[in-house]
Amino acid sequence: MKCTVNGQPQEIDDVWEGESLLYALRERMGLPGSKNACEQGECGSCTVYLDGTPVCACLVAAGQAADRDVVTVEGLAEDDELHPVQQAFLDAGAVQCGFCTPGLLVATHDLLEREPQPSDPEIREALAGNLCRCTGYEKILDAVRQAAATSAQSKAGPS
Amino acid sequence: MSTPTRTEQNLGADIAGGVGESPLRPDGTLKVTGEFAYSSDLWLTGMLWGATLRSPHPSARIRSIDITEAVRTDGVYAVLTHDDVPGDNLYGLEHADQPVLAGDVIRYQGEAVAIVAADHPETARRAVNKIVVDYEVHEPLTDPEQAVFDSTAPALHEGGNVLRHLPIRRGDPDATADVVVHGEYEVGMQDQAFLGPESGLAVPADDGGIDLYIATQWLHVDQKQLCRVLGMPANKVRLSLAGVGGAFGAREDLSMQAHACLLALQTGRPVKMMYSREESFFGHVHRHPAKMRYEHGATRDGKLVYVKAQIILDGGAYASSTPAVVANAATLGVGPYKVRNVSVDCYGVYTNNPPCGAMRGFGAVQAAFGYESQMDKLADALDMDPVEVRTRNALHEGATMPTGQVVDSAAPVEELLERVKAMPLPPEPNASDLDGYDLRLLPGGVSNTTHGEGVRRGVGYAIGIKNVCFSEGFDDYSTARVTLKVNGGDAVATVYTAAAEVGQGLVTVQQQIARTELGVEQVVIQPADTGVGSGGSTSASRQTYVTGGAVKAACEQVRARVLRQAAKHLDLPASQLRLHAGKIVSADEAVVAAVVDVLGGETITETVTWRHRPTHPLDENGQGNAHVQYAFAAHRAIVDVDVELGLVRVVQLDCAQDVGKAMNPDAVVGQIHGGSAQGLGLAVMEEIQVSGGMVRNPSFTDYLIPTILDMPPMQVDVLELADPNAPYGLRGVGEPPTISSTPAIVAAIRHATGADLTRVPVQPHHITGTP
Repeated sequence: MKCTVNGQPQEIDDVWEGESLLYALRERMGLPGSKNACEQGECGSCTVYLDGTPVCACLVAAGQAADRDVVTVEGLAEDDELHPVQQAFLDAGAVQCGFCTPGLLVATHDLLEREPQPSDPEIREALAGNLCRCTGYEKILDAVRQAAATSAQSKAGPS
Repeated sequence: MSTPTRTEQNLGADIAGGVGESPLRPDGTLKVTGEFAYSSDLWLTGMLWGATLRSPHPSARIRSIDITEAVRTDGVYAVLTHDDVPGDNLYGLEHADQPVLAGDVIRYQGEAVAIVAADHPETARRAVNKIVVDYEVHEPLTDPEQAVFDSTAPALHEGGNVLRHLPIRRGDPDATADVVVHGEYEVGMQDQAFLGPESGLAVPADDGGIDLYIATQWLHVDQKQLCRVLGMPANKVRLSLAGVGGAFGAREDLSMQAHACLLALQTGRPVKMMYSREESFFGHVHRHPAKMRYEHGATRDGKLVYVKAQIILDGGAYASSTPAVVANAATLGVGPYKVRNVSVDCYGVYTNNPPCGAMRGFGAVQAAFGYESQMDKLADALDMDPVEVRTRNALHEGATMPTGQVVDSAAPVEELLERVKAMPLPPEPNASDLDGYDLRLLPGGVSNTTHGEGVRRGVGYAIGIKNVCFSEGFDDYSTARVTLKVNGGDAVATVYTAAAEVGQGLVTVQQQIARTELGVEQVVIQPADTGVGSGGSTSASRQTYVTGGAVKAACEQVRARVLRQAAKHLDLPASQLRLHAGKIVSADEAVVAAVVDVLGGETITETVTWRHRPTHPLDENGQGNAHVQYAFAAHRAIVDVDVELGLVRVVQLDCAQDVGKAMNPDAVVGQIHGGSAQGLGLAVMEEIQVSGGMVRNPSFTDYLIPTILDMPPMQVDVLELADPNAPYGLRGVGEPPTISSTPAIVAAIRHATGADLTRVPVQPHHITGTP
């Protein structure tokens, strides 16, 4: 099975038809950043981009990703610099155990691509598919607001 | 050395990131890049995958186990049953009563019977399905009251079904009162629902021992149990903490630890085990369901005269930490109130239900739903404000608990309640503008079940009490090794403990303590493993207190050695020197040396085993100084309820908590948010539904935890009233917010609906009264 992950071509052999994209990423491609909290599409911890659309990697058969473009949490940072969404989660204290974080980062990244200045209800709706058990979500909301503000600032250019 | 000169102006600022600040977590960058290695991420060339066969029956006798077909499966390397356990086939935190692999008796659905190692996880699972077990199925004992009171019920363990009965007797058992309220309450079985499933990697070692990389709350208690099971000394059973994806009590007991070690030792290859979410529901203990009967007597002006209570906690099939949960529910059973006459009977029992043990709040959660529901009932009976009835009876410093223990540090019960009451309220729903209403802000949400009609608002209050650290005379300690040396021209401290970071931020706090005590900026946290003495459990809100205390004490010893060394060089008395931001400062505030110069090429290491002041067992009347510290939090909940459909939306949840000292204010608030959310879950959505001993909803599809849509905005107020007995005056933080959140939300729903809600989680039919 061949696909592109985080801009790099990947090829894996002997994929059993029941293997999920999540399993292929984690156990065969050495990319365990996407997480395995429920493996039934309820928690969002395995959220990745598949051809630009966020999906639960646990619900996608590995074979379905053939010849397609996958971006995982490992592909968000560029040139050793954290993406503003990653930096905001870190700065806001939105990370405790961190198991939900990779999926939330991808979901937030996607939200801000679609809606650079989301309202609180929009943030809540967009992230409703990502479970977190540690933070009570308050600091996750802070992080998304901060990331939106940072993006707005950087788009406005240096003042 | 030359004569010191006065350089007072160059003393410099304190080292940033010390105690009381909120530096970023040292593991944060790895966690946001996806590189942090959780226990389920571990991988070694040639490793095998383990899988577990579990009993489908809650009560049965095993007639035979046939592994023939499983062994023959291609790719299978080992199939093990109880006969293959080299040491004792028993484990348990306090009482070793649980088989590693069931031999003849099955006591709960999901009990492990056999384990398989194979070269692919699916191969292992398929081989598990080829194991044939012949069960003689029995009628399960599932009613905890029957387990206590029916002497004809089958005894599930030697010694009967009552694992612990703890009576608390104080004052006059025959006291009478003007106003009496009765109540019977139930708490459903809550799951910790950490997100990172049970997992780990066991690696056989050349010396015949085993190295286990594992997500746990207490490395040394795992090690102790594994030594017994594997029949090996501690130096052959080495544990290292892998990344932990949340814990909340569910990792205090063994899950796959022994199984992975057995398979690795048998096959001579590394074995990884990783539970699915469904298996996770069977792989760890849960919060004890409770049945509680309360009677409160009070004077007409609202002063409590007596409290009588019976609390039955269903421990399920094995002991786990049930005896300690019983102690908390009993000793904290009347809540943070002054009551002269108390009679509490708390029972922890064996049944054929899923085993229950530690979960955040640990016995205090269940009791709080009972006593706070009663305080509201009393307020109603007296036609008194619910906050007023609480403050009239509020515990305070110097008051006596029902155990006879005098509360010897701050107990700001009244102040916490008044603070949450004074917080701003959210805007009232505007009935004239329902068309403009955002569905996302209504009960039922975008299901579009109401546009505001039938929606009532309610406000509720609650306060809870929790003991911090281990109690009842337990030898509760932690070990810290602190090293100071020069590296790359800077003084660098290394902190080494076995205490488990589970997400709460202990690694950050350890760095902060070392910065404050040693005045160095760079602090390395060495990975936790069993190469150093026990750190004790990451539970009971105790790690910042106990491991924090150990790190502080070790730093103090290192600091004393640095100062002694400096004193020798400078020919000054050490007692007149202090450390400040990498410098040695004299009594007259002059910088007399740099720490790097004093250290030179030397490495200073100190290891300290640190204990909090002792606690004591309870006597036959439940009297004794059993706890080391009490902690308090209060909540106010505002809810909107669709009274026709019984749907609840929590609009706002506010909390005030005394933390003694906010070691890391941002992390403290994070604990309060997260703990409150788990209390919200218990109030309105979370329950493992068990019928006939069978779990009906072992998935995140059917066991619901709060999402970002369920969790409302929170206002948080943090008090810092120092406890003079604790390091830095701190008070344990993690559990109290989980305790009062649940009863506050239920009180708000009662206020909105008038329904007599006696069970959590509250379900729609409890509100509508429909069957």
